[in-house]
Amino acid sequence: MNAYADPPPDGGATPGLSLRTLLDSLGDDDWRRLGGCMFAAVVVALMTGTSGNAQHLTAGVTGSLFKPRIVVFVLLGLALWLAMTFWRRYSDRVRTALAPVRTAKETVSGNQWARYSGYVAVLLVAILLPPQLSVFWQQVLVSEIGIYVLLTIGLNVVVGFAGLLDLGYIAFYAIGAYTAAYFTGFPDANRRGHISPLPAHPPFHLNPFFVLPIAVLVCLIAGLLLGAPTLRLRGDYLAIVTLGFGEIVRITANNSESVTNGPRGAFGVPHFSAFGYHWTLDLMPYWYLLLGIIVIVFVLFRQLENSRVGRAWTAIREDEVAAAATGIPTLKYKLMAFAIGASTSGLAGVIFASQVGSFAPDNFRLINSLLVLVYVIFGGMGSLPGAVAGASILIWLPEALRDHVDPQDRFVYFGALLVVMMIFRPQGVFPSRRRAREIGLAEAGSGGADAMAAPGGVLQQ
Amino acid sequence: MCLTHNFWQLTISGLSDGFLYALIALGYTLVYGVLQLINFAHSEVFMAGGFGGLFAIQAVVGDKTPHGITSVMFVLLGVVVGAIVGGAVAFVLERVAYRPLRRRHAPKLAFLISAIGASLFLVNIAGKEFGRQAIPMPDLYTNGTVFSIFGADVQTNYVVVAIAAAVMLVFLDRLVAKTRLGQGIRAVAQDADTASLMGVNIDRVISQTFVIGGLLGGAAGFLFGLVFNVQNNMGFIPGVKAFTAAVLGGIGNIRGAVLGGLLLGVVENLGVSCVESAWRDVIAFGILVLVLLFRPTGLLGERLGRSA
Repeated sequence: MNAYADPPPDGGATPGLSLRTLLDSLGDDDWRRLGGCMFAAVVVALMTGTSGNAQHLTAGVTGSLFKPRIVVFVLLGLALWLAMTFWRRYSDRVRTALAPVRTAKETVSGNQWARYSGYVAVLLVAILLPPQLSVFWQQVLVSEIGIYVLLTIGLNVVVGFAGLLDLGYIAFYAIGAYTAAYFTGFPDANRRGHISPLPAHPPFHLNPFFVLPIAVLVCLIAGLLLGAPTLRLRGDYLAIVTLGFGEIVRITANNSESVTNGPRGAFGVPHFSAFGYHWTLDLMPYWYLLLGIIVIVFVLFRQLENSRVGRAWTAIREDEVAAAATGIPTLKYKLMAFAIGASTSGLAGVIFASQVGSFAPDNFRLINSLLVLVYVIFGGMGSLPGAVAGASILIWLPEALRDHVDPQDRFVYFGALLVVMMIFRPQGVFPSRRRAREIGLAEAGSGGADAMAAPGGVLQQ
Repeated sequence: MCLTHNFWQLTISGLSDGFLYALIALGYTLVYGVLQLINFAHSEVFMAGGFGGLFAIQAVVGDKTPHGITSVMFVLLGVVVGAIVGGAVAFVLERVAYRPLRRRHAPKLAFLISAIGASLFLVNIAGKEFGRQAIPMPDLYTNGTVFSIFGADVQTNYVVVAIAAAVMLVFLDRLVAKTRLGQGIRAVAQDADTASLMGVNIDRVISQTFVIGGLLGGAAGFLFGLVFNVQNNMGFIPGVKAFTAAVLGGIGNIRGAVLGGLLLGVVENLGVSCVESAWRDVIAFGILVLVLLFRPTGLLGERLGRSA
């Protein structure tokens, strides 16, 4: 560094906005951030640049980086860095100026009536907006966002409330869907010209609406069967066992030609009908059915969260040993969380099966389990509004990108968004207040953020 | 009997698969040892190594299949370049997707999501830059039977994979057991807080651990590409299998990862003689579930610190 760079005589006074004072005051952290910005510039240049292919392996990279356009990205990176640096210097003033706004926001978010009116507003939008949308977005809303919001709310109980890392969650969704396909078949399909979705014939024929409780029950039992032996395992072991379970279910469905129709999957699952009303290919009735179920499940889980059971889950999530020591039967509560999550997943599976009519084992891949987990954490682990927001935003994004980038490349942006989000806001979009406080404390250096063993390499406790 | 039929042939091809699993599994296990988290993006480090090796080989190999000492040199070149690219990607990965989170004391699941994000990013950016089809590696030798043992044919591919992997495994084992760097890794794995009080630079040790895992994973990526193909999503299945192998042996345990990898490779291949090959993955996961039910911390138990 420059030997003459004495501290300015008025070191305590507020520095001016000139480039000179800025350059003098740069520390190691600023240079590190400059490196980060330049790296980001190159990455963004690669993401938005030309594509290569197997015959021209270097075409993509040279076309994206070794062209005049790189200058634009480097300048953008530099601008970002300058903005960050100035922000670091002057953020205090802005914060003080904005203090009244912040207090107002906290008063509002702490006020339960304000929160209720927020829920009502979201609900109104969910009721009134969809009929105005194009058919494409209605399709996305029903068969992706609606279904996955339900799945995310369910996984939120397992991961968010009880802190059990489940990487095979989609298996219960598959079980729900196949249950629907099985029971909507006909016992005597071959004789009377009826078509069954699966080669296996059930003892009696049901409408999908009445399969809902059966699927919930089946998934509940599946959850208990998987959970009972495995929930004794700790964090990451549970993760790999559930991952294995998810894959076993998918591969079994794929290979059991005579029962599940193998890779071709089920087709011809009938639409819902109940109390004289028949759902059809029309999307909006399905949306309102889904919305109704989501609202009911949401309210139920909110009650559960604030009950004795919810507090027991929190205790287990924070420190299982301490929870057991205070007399909480941990295995019982963990099983309960697992089974409740599984049955929600099964519910979603039935609606999915009935709405799309046909599905295949490929709908239930490991990546789907991972995506649901991503929605939970992105939205804010343990927060129900967060689960809804996380799933909605992250499903909307790739669909919205569809018109602007090569559809195959959409997950480049998706992945980058996840990393950036976790760097700058690891607590998620709408963290639950309890989690926000835990994470805040951990950032300030007192205590770990969760009982799943804070990563080593940092001084904690 | 299903198991006895082709027993030795399947064991040998299983060992070859197993060596690759072991190399990748070490990356999971080393990182788990120092950070107690699953590096979900490790399968993409493996993929990067495959592409690195492919680039190097395409640059030097002509139309004719080389033989003799040139073959050996080319394989060596591919392994080294694959390893370097793997190590570099792992280094950047740690810097971008892990270190900022560590500074903020982010909760553990945030690391997992960050890793999944990085993994999705890398798979798809590779697909964008290099296309999404499988690319065959140019032939570096003529794959034939080198020798026979118990009536089973040992192919050149198996010999190459086994020798390369065995050398690296022994090297790693000595590195962790004997060197100062290995001591640092073991110290951080045992107790990061105490290690930092003893003057171990934790950030540097973690970075080096990622790079070592990346070197092995990248080399495995090249070897895999040599035997099969190179593709943007080539890391997914070997990654899941290697992770399974690491847990099977006891995650965080170096010798456990090697044992788990070899065992998984052999059991999978032998199992295929009993049931159709479509059930191969079910065998792998079934074994895993069974082992964990009876030995909840894997075959050799966890902890990197005590393994060497």
